[in-house]
Amino acid sequence: MAKQDVTVTVNGTRYQRPVEPRLLLSDFLRHDLSLTGTHVGCEHGVCGSCTVLVDGIATRSCLFLAVQADGSSIETVESLGNVGALHPLQEAFWEKHGLQCGFCTPGMLMSLTELLRVNPVPDREAIVEAIGGNLCRCTGYQNIVAAVERAVELMRTQREAA
Amino acid sequence: MSASDASVAIPPSRQREKPGQNLKWIGQNMKRVEDPRLLTGQGRYIDDIDLPNMLHAAVLRSSRPHARIKSIDTRAAAELPGVVKILTGADIAKTTGALPCFANPPVEQRCVAVDRVRHVGEAVAVAVAESRYLAEDALEKIAVEYEELPVVVDPEQAISSAGDAVLHPGRGPTNVAIQRHFAFGNAANDFAKAAKIVKRHLRWPRSGAQPLETVGAVAQYDSASGKFTIHANTSMYNYVGWTMALSLGVPAHRLNVVPVIAGGSFGSKLFAHKVCVLAASLARICGRPVKYIEDRIDNIMACDNHGSDRIYDAELALDGDNRMIGLRCNVIDDYGAYFQFGIGHHGNALSQIVGPYKIRSVDLSITAVFTNKCQQGAYRGFGSEVSNFVIERLVDAAVDELHLDPVEFRRQNFIQQQDFPYKIPTGNLYDSGNYNAVLDEALRMLDYKGWRRKQEEYRKQGRYVGIGIATCQERSVFSATEFWMLNEEAGFALTSSPEGVSIKVDPLGKVVVSLNAPFWGNSPETMATMILAEQLKIDPDDIAVAYSDTDHGLAGTGPGGSRYTVMMAGAVVGAATMIKEKLFRVAGHMLEASPNDLELREGRVGVKGAPGLEKTIAEIAMHAHFFRLSMPDDPTLTSGIDAAYTYDHPLTTLPSDDRSDLGIFYPIMGHMCHMPVIEVDPRTGQVSFLDYVAVHDCGTMVNPMTLAGHVRGGTAQGIGTALYEQYYYDEHGQLLTASYADYLIPTIYEMPADVRVGHVETPSPFTEYGIKGGGEGGRMGAPPALCAAIEDALRPLGVKIDAMPVTPRRLRTLIREAQKRQARASRS
Repeated sequence: MAKQDVTVTVNGTRYQRPVEPRLLLSDFLRHDLSLTGTHVGCEHGVCGSCTVLVDGIATRSCLFLAVQADGSSIETVESLGNVGALHPLQEAFWEKHGLQCGFCTPGMLMSLTELLRVNPVPDREAIVEAIGGNLCRCTGYQNIVAAVERAVELMRTQREAA
Repeated sequence: MSASDASVAIPPSRQREKPGQNLKWIGQNMKRVEDPRLLTGQGRYIDDIDLPNMLHAAVLRSSRPHARIKSIDTRAAAELPGVVKILTGADIAKTTGALPCFANPPVEQRCVAVDRVRHVGEAVAVAVAESRYLAEDALEKIAVEYEELPVVVDPEQAISSAGDAVLHPGRGPTNVAIQRHFAFGNAANDFAKAAKIVKRHLRWPRSGAQPLETVGAVAQYDSASGKFTIHANTSMYNYVGWTMALSLGVPAHRLNVVPVIAGGSFGSKLFAHKVCVLAASLARICGRPVKYIEDRIDNIMACDNHGSDRIYDAELALDGDNRMIGLRCNVIDDYGAYFQFGIGHHGNALSQIVGPYKIRSVDLSITAVFTNKCQQGAYRGFGSEVSNFVIERLVDAAVDELHLDPVEFRRQNFIQQQDFPYKIPTGNLYDSGNYNAVLDEALRMLDYKGWRRKQEEYRKQGRYVGIGIATCQERSVFSATEFWMLNEEAGFALTSSPEGVSIKVDPLGKVVVSLNAPFWGNSPETMATMILAEQLKIDPDDIAVAYSDTDHGLAGTGPGGSRYTVMMAGAVVGAATMIKEKLFRVAGHMLEASPNDLELREGRVGVKGAPGLEKTIAEIAMHAHFFRLSMPDDPTLTSGIDAAYTYDHPLTTLPSDDRSDLGIFYPIMGHMCHMPVIEVDPRTGQVSFLDYVAVHDCGTMVNPMTLAGHVRGGTAQGIGTALYEQYYYDEHGQLLTASYADYLIPTIYEMPADVRVGHVETPSPFTEYGIKGGGEGGRMGAPPALCAAIEDALRPLGVKIDAMPVTPRRLRTLIREAQKRQARASRS
């Protein structure tokens, strides 16, 4: 199949790659760019594990073609913190036991990253809505909500310190 | 049972670490050591493994539920650019045998079907190509000609199947896989004498684990050494991984299984042998590494791990004082097209079939049938969650029919604290328990009386609010006797399900502990770290955890049946004891003291009663690694500090030859009480949560936070099973819920906002520190609790819940039927 050049900025780094027009963004990130933090759970747009931000908007990368992302800026879980310097949201997930197997976690984190940018102090309803399209099979979601509430506190403290 | 019988039957405890010690780490809410890498997207799951020159496989799946394969034309597919091989089941069978099967007699299953397909989604051909996209393209070009056979969907009809409708004619002219009757105690007499017999016809639906990560394997074959290496998100590789070598036709030392972490399992990756054998077989044929990862549809249709699917006629006998005396069940279990674990699920259920109650006899008839569906495997509870549902439905039926109080009736029939260890009629032992304490704590946490008052108020307002109660068992730590004891043919000798660890102290005094089982969403690294830090009095940061492949592994049965923490703790205690001995021996030389006079301090070994007279573990380790020859010559004193220890099942006995007593096989007995408060919308049939309390007793808790995580996650899955989830096959054998759009996994909207978890600790007298398993409990308690709550809410209408899932549509139908009945009754 004829390939087409795609230029994207992923986590601040610019990539130019020839790709098949049918290549999913999820596969492009995982296999062409080796950013395997984005997970593929259902490949039909229900589970939300593959959620990334495309120009700031939470997007299911399994329902999005790499060529559609041409010219876009993409953020994946790898753009958040690192071990030793976690993002407050990651720190809060750790503290509140907001993950077990960790497979849905990158998608959760990216859906919530979008939320916290537009709504730094979300109420429970807003949190529920933000992850209403992300399946978690391990936690029953309760500790995820608790983690977001904790992250809001941590981020407020960070803002006040800054 | 008299006390003297008990003393004969119960082996002595091998517990080394007693419960109730003053502990530093065990019992703390320690943050998980697994999490930072998972939170940063560095988990390295199976699809993150890439090998040089690797090919990708995709599987063509049968569209027919039952058919002979007349021909497969692969020519057009093979010609596509980038396609390396198109292989049929017959092609693969030239080099690869049948898959492992633990049933006796076995049922032959192939990783790709040969001659015949038995369920929709069964593999009929495989494409191997330079990319997954190309492999999937090739599948479109494969033409399969089928000759359709009669389709068997209804498990009751399967009993009388004949002719071409028989799935495995080579095994006999019937779709009855096994039919067995067991009698424990004198049920006939108890039912004859009963003052009241309560009966229910119950339906447990086929649901499944559905971890968000599917099963996958990356395999390579080194033709020079004749050795396979399989990376996979499977478990039990250090237990029965060798059986995959038999399928591949190589000796077990020519197969190395390398574990990767699993993105959830809940039982369904217990032994993911089909995907492993397929990938390995393809790697050998193609001469290059091959990756095969199920997509979601593959997993839903053919994961080999659909959950129990049972129809019960269940009866409970009560005497004139409302004491439960006998239980009689006739169960038909729809095993689907294959039979990998036999009826092990029923052995599992027999470990706790009488629940927490003093029922003295059990009569059980099991009919396991083959139908044209994906086969059963393991899902959180492994069959015991079903018997919890059955006994609790019967208890609720008795409460209804005899106009009893649901709390007091349970309390009256509980096995009491002083009765433990308690042998139930099937022969299994309940090691310990305090069921009243759990019930009391749940009543307190819920404010049960307060909710009853509110319920009355709501009823006056026309609102349907209900309170459910389920008091259920959570057996943990199986002995593998349960794998064979229900077979018709005599089994084996007393069977362990061991768990090993190895521990190494490096020259700088840091510690690596190697596990022989994988991470699959539980917390094995955290558990090992906490227990080892406790044992060696070292900082958790000074411990790293590794996973052994089968080349380097010790015996390890892995997570399953809520066994892992208990068994791994036993292994850690054993290995750490050896490490301490070595530390003391070397430190004894360095400090010129007798090892008997030494003690562990935080990160140090010192002379008792002599503060300051001590060496750090780092100093001792360096000495042991490099300066062994500076110590007196002794062949038992070797360089380095390392130890390996395999812990065997702590408490198991053989079944009797006639199986009137199954022996002790699942004795580490947890308990729970779930109390949901729900409201039913009578117009839509929607169930919503107003409150939820779950109190669990899993013995000594290692980490209350992660245990509560299991309880809540299991509860979510129990809610799914009770209200939403079902693998639904229509009468033609088509699976109508083969995507996440149709198979409904609870989202956050379907969950209670706050499942309030309480803990009671009744330590086991048989395990290290008194720990009991706790991995499955939520799913083993939520379904009966929810059914009870819905019935309670709809009591004014007299709606009975006998079948799950109680979807809004099903519930609305039940409500309308009840409303019509009431209208008719009021007219007449």
